[in-house]
Amino acid sequence: MTRVSKRTRKIGLNTLALLVGLVTLFPIFYMVSTAFKPATEVYSLTPHLLPAHPTLSNFRTVLNGSALSPAITYWTFLKNSLYVTLSAVVLSAGIALLASIAIARFRFRFRTTYLIMLLIVQMLPQQALVIALFIDYRSWTPLGTSNMLDSLSALILVYTAFALPVTIWMLRNFVAAVPRELEEAAALDGAGPYKIYWKILLPLVAPGLVATSVFAFIFAYNEFVFALTFLSVDTRKFTLPLYVDYFYGRSGANWGAIMAASTLFTIPPMLFFLIARRRMASGLVAGAVKG
Amino acid sequence: MFARRHHLAPYVLVIPSLLAIGILVIWPTIQIFEFSFQNYGLAQLVGTVPKQWIGLSNYSQILHDPEFWLSLRLSLIFAAVAVPLTLITGTLVGLLLNRLGRRMSTFVAGTAMLAWATPAVTASVVFVWLANPDGGVVDWTLSKLPHWLDGGAHWNGYSWTNAPLPAYTLIVLLVLWQSFPFVAVTVLAGLKTVPSELHESARVDGAGPWRIFWRVTYPLLKPIFLVLLLLSIIWDFGVFTQVYIVIGAGNLDEYNLGMYEYQKAVSPPPEYGVASALAFVLTAILLIITVGYVRSSVRQGAVK
Repeated sequence: MTRVSKRTRKIGLNTLALLVGLVTLFPIFYMVSTAFKPATEVYSLTPHLLPAHPTLSNFRTVLNGSALSPAITYWTFLKNSLYVTLSAVVLSAGIALLASIAIARFRFRFRTTYLIMLLIVQMLPQQALVIALFIDYRSWTPLGTSNMLDSLSALILVYTAFALPVTIWMLRNFVAAVPRELEEAAALDGAGPYKIYWKILLPLVAPGLVATSVFAFIFAYNEFVFALTFLSVDTRKFTLPLYVDYFYGRSGANWGAIMAASTLFTIPPMLFFLIARRRMASGLVAGAVKG
Repeated sequence: MFARRHHLAPYVLVIPSLLAIGILVIWPTIQIFEFSFQNYGLAQLVGTVPKQWIGLSNYSQILHDPEFWLSLRLSLIFAAVAVPLTLITGTLVGLLLNRLGRRMSTFVAGTAMLAWATPAVTASVVFVWLANPDGGVVDWTLSKLPHWLDGGAHWNGYSWTNAPLPAYTLIVLLVLWQSFPFVAVTVLAGLKTVPSELHESARVDGAGPWRIFWRVTYPLLKPIFLVLLLLSIIWDFGVFTQVYIVIGAGNLDEYNLGMYEYQKAVSPPPEYGVASALAFVLTAILLIITVGYVRSSVRQGAVK
């Protein structure tokens, strides 16, 4: 191998990096770009990177719901998605916090079995279990009249349960990182377990709760198979991923509007990802410095 | 602390999670196994005809079903192509990120993060649009390539979703785009733990990057690579959303195992018994790989 100068190597590496970055970015860039194109440009035989005459009409079609008949606005689906997702996030965070305290703070019988169960359960294929869940929900009539299909509560329950293995697994590391001495000192001062739990442990694992909640949010907000199977009759109950798929299947290849809907759907998880990663990194660094 | 006073505390604390996971994850798994031995169809679901135990006939039906073998083969080939491609690309990008300056590495990591954050539904719809025969950018680019790269007019209006090979080529690229960031970020995190003196001394000894990777980096990061390999196999073998959207219902010869199983359960007339047998086969294959994953996690002390 001939010796390459440091400078040449640096330029080579940066060019490669630029290329990797641009290729990775391209699908997202093109999605957004198409969303702003008028129909004549979307169906042009020579595709252009950027819209020559940018328009908001695709977004308008999606937001006022005129793309679907009968018209259902984007806000309906966003509301469904946020309701389902936030409920599942709160439920799973609460349940996971209890479980992670048990794992991180206690030695108990079946603890190892429980941990291994969590590892196994998160690998079960959802498209397999959905068959049984569909049949169960169909026969389950908690309110006496209608069954659980086509109800958003059905999704909340399933999303909570399927988010739990990973959220418990993540959260227990945060709980384990809280020094026991703090709790013991509070106990010596006469604080009861619930006070210790609320006043000492909870504030200290708050960053962990944020991180695990972000994970649960992304999982529930993006989930497709369960929504596809449970929600079928009532379009007004659709969550966003189901709406994007439904729209894609129905719109007669109105790609401009499909890309506008996809863009709107994709913005929240992207923001979450970028924000949460910075948060988590800075949290880790802060902990290391305080050591 | 509260351990001394509350012997039952840990059990009480895990009960909510056990209930949720038990009812909504483990019980359905058991039910799938049960249904796979029953003649469960629409009439049994509605209740006009009672369910009956029919032994192994659902299993013998799928074993004699050429569609099953076709879908299993597609799932295996897909994993065999997508897994190494994802691991190699992710590792290379991780190594690259480790050597870049601050600004450039933020840029590349940022784009990777965006790809990672893109929901599977969005990513699939966008890739279908990119590869669309009418006005898609992929066909246009290929038609403009020089002849020695197989470019030319025959790419105009080329459909990527009409046959298994092009459809799965598209899905491989789609899954690669979505999953290499996780590998890259994990490998990068691993690389940060490798003392830089090890690389320095290897370089002083005249080792090239290839040798340094296989002699220094790989042995140190071997546990990470093992976990990444097993997770990738589990995810890629069970890929569903991307296949569902790119291929769509109806193209029977393009179904992978997950898609075939799902369609058996939902497309009329639903055959829940046969679908459950297929679902159980899929679950069993994934569980076998999961055993490897659990064992490597236990060995690394994750279960402590």
